[in-house]
Amino acid sequence: MNRLSWFNTVSLTLGFAFLYIPMVILIVYSFNESKLVTVWAGFSTKWYGELLGNDAFLSAAWVTLKVAVLSSTFATVLGTMGAYVLVRGGRFMGRTLFSGMIYAPLVMPEVITGLSLLLLFIGIGIERGVMTIVLAHTTFSMCYVSVVVSSRLVTFDRSLEEAALDLGCSPAEAFRLVTLPIIAPAVISGWLLAFTLSLDDLVIASFTSGPSATTLPIKIFSAVRLGVSPEINALSTIMIGIVTVGVISASLISKQALVRQKRDEQAAARAQ
Amino acid sequence: MQSSKFAPWDDPDAKPLIRFRNVTKRFGEFTAIDNLTLDIYEREFFALLGPSGCGKTTMMRMLAGFENPTEGVIELAGQDIAPVPPNKRAVNMMFQSYALFPHLSVWDNIAFGLRRDRMSKQDIEKRVDEMLRLVRLEKFAKRKPHQISGGQRQRVALARSLAKAPKLLLLDEPLGALDKKLRQDTQFELMDIQEKTGTTFVIVTHDQEEAMTVASRVAVMDQGQLMQVSTPDRIYETPNSVYVADFIGDVNIIKGRATPDGEETYRIDWAEGQQPLIAKSSNGFASGQTCHLAIRPEKVTISSERPADAANALQGRVHDIAYLGNLSTYHVELPNGTIIKAQTSNTRRISRRTFTWEDTVWLSWTATAGVLLAD
Repeated sequence: MNRLSWFNTVSLTLGFAFLYIPMVILIVYSFNESKLVTVWAGFSTKWYGELLGNDAFLSAAWVTLKVAVLSSTFATVLGTMGAYVLVRGGRFMGRTLFSGMIYAPLVMPEVITGLSLLLLFIGIGIERGVMTIVLAHTTFSMCYVSVVVSSRLVTFDRSLEEAALDLGCSPAEAFRLVTLPIIAPAVISGWLLAFTLSLDDLVIASFTSGPSATTLPIKIFSAVRLGVSPEINALSTIMIGIVTVGVISASLISKQALVRQKRDEQAAARAQ
Repeated sequence: MQSSKFAPWDDPDAKPLIRFRNVTKRFGEFTAIDNLTLDIYEREFFALLGPSGCGKTTMMRMLAGFENPTEGVIELAGQDIAPVPPNKRAVNMMFQSYALFPHLSVWDNIAFGLRRDRMSKQDIEKRVDEMLRLVRLEKFAKRKPHQISGGQRQRVALARSLAKAPKLLLLDEPLGALDKKLRQDTQFELMDIQEKTGTTFVIVTHDQEEAMTVASRVAVMDQGQLMQVSTPDRIYETPNSVYVADFIGDVNIIKGRATPDGEETYRIDWAEGQQPLIAKSSNGFASGQTCHLAIRPEKVTISSERPADAANALQGRVHDIAYLGNLSTYHVELPNGTIIKAQTSNTRRISRRTFTWEDTVWLSWTATAGVLLAD
């Protein structure tokens, strides 16, 4: 290992401090005995216990999870289909227009997306609840999925699909047996992206949620307006924990796959 | 080569396996295949040869079913194949990139097509093992494509495309990715497998040596048209156009004016103040017609004295020598600046070479050594 110069050490420390001090403070105060957030009164896990007894938070967490799983799954199916048609469909009428339009929601302000969805739901008379949040989240996250999947499809060797057709697959079988397994990592990371987007969305969810369904970000936001309670700190710490475990395990899995492939390739090179 | 004479194309009763009848293929404004008619027979090893962009790959993709002709009909065993989708054709293809499925093992790659046919498990196992033996890859069945070498991948691709015992196997530049030595070995292996399985092979290549080595017949293509379709020896010895003569192997082309001089013999005036050349040809030429004499370097003899009985003899100076190990090619400059190539085999050590740079030499060839071609 190289020793870092003092300049690099300082930059590194400053950078990471800037990124992580707010989170560290939040985590530390979630273990605070006192009800007052800014006064330290000793270590305690009592807020975690209270959180478990808080039905409003638990039901909001349950709604959030349901919405995230459903919307990211729908978004993955639709986004993959969209990407497939745009990359593979050849030159059909309006292709350039469509591929431009699929990126538009990425840069659209969330307030506008939320408002237009709200108007739509009111217009066609759907009662707002879990279903409308799922629909809204599917709408905005499917473009992210489609961007991730289409960037994989662009580098996909077309002759693999032709080979599958040549060996007797119908086009649907070729997609299921050859294309999908090969692009699976991109599809999975599209799903994870859609899942996290749905998990922390506040703006669109607040437009499209109804009295029957409140997501966790909405709940936290409205609770904070009445004053920050240590319970919120505890809840946020749990969320940070979940995200950290997810990110670390995902990166470990992909790193392992990379290492394995490299080892295989070296073995193949030696065998020649 | 085939032990007994295999020449169904000379048999008027033979039924072709594949018939292209006035096939034209256009991509927008671009005409890839231009009103092409061709018969390919069963058990043939047929090579489509031409520079890139000549339409050879389009021909193959039309046979596989990835493209359909704009005009004309392609028949396979007497049936128009235009309405048949690729997955329903008794045709398999070996792709230039091999297109092995990276997520499947060698074994599963070969079994892929058989599984689509709803074959029983035992039959699939038997067939895959047979294929692995054929391409000598028994030991690598469990490996993934990225765990084997390029040459092994090429053999997996071949085994996979042969597994379904197609009526016709298409090979798209199959050896392009291999180095020269491996390519030569594999060419012989391909011929061997073709003979063993009795499958009709159509190979696309831009490598004329490869086409000459493996094929029973070669079609030389240019700009969507067939220039000549014949056996390798006839393509080489009696090309029908300057294009074919020039595309296949090395050749000297001498342009001149023909004058009939006896039966099937012509005198060619080719340069001011030079003695006319004599060439025999069964193609008829009018007096004064422009013609090209195509003569292969190995048919030109180089000597220090003028040969007494040569029909054609020219004097020149050695301009350059290309030493190829087994052969040497002498580039001889004639007094009017024309360069003629003469090739000799190096039966003696290089230090004992008779001629060197700037030597005055005589080039000679017989009246039948060259081919007289119209403009």
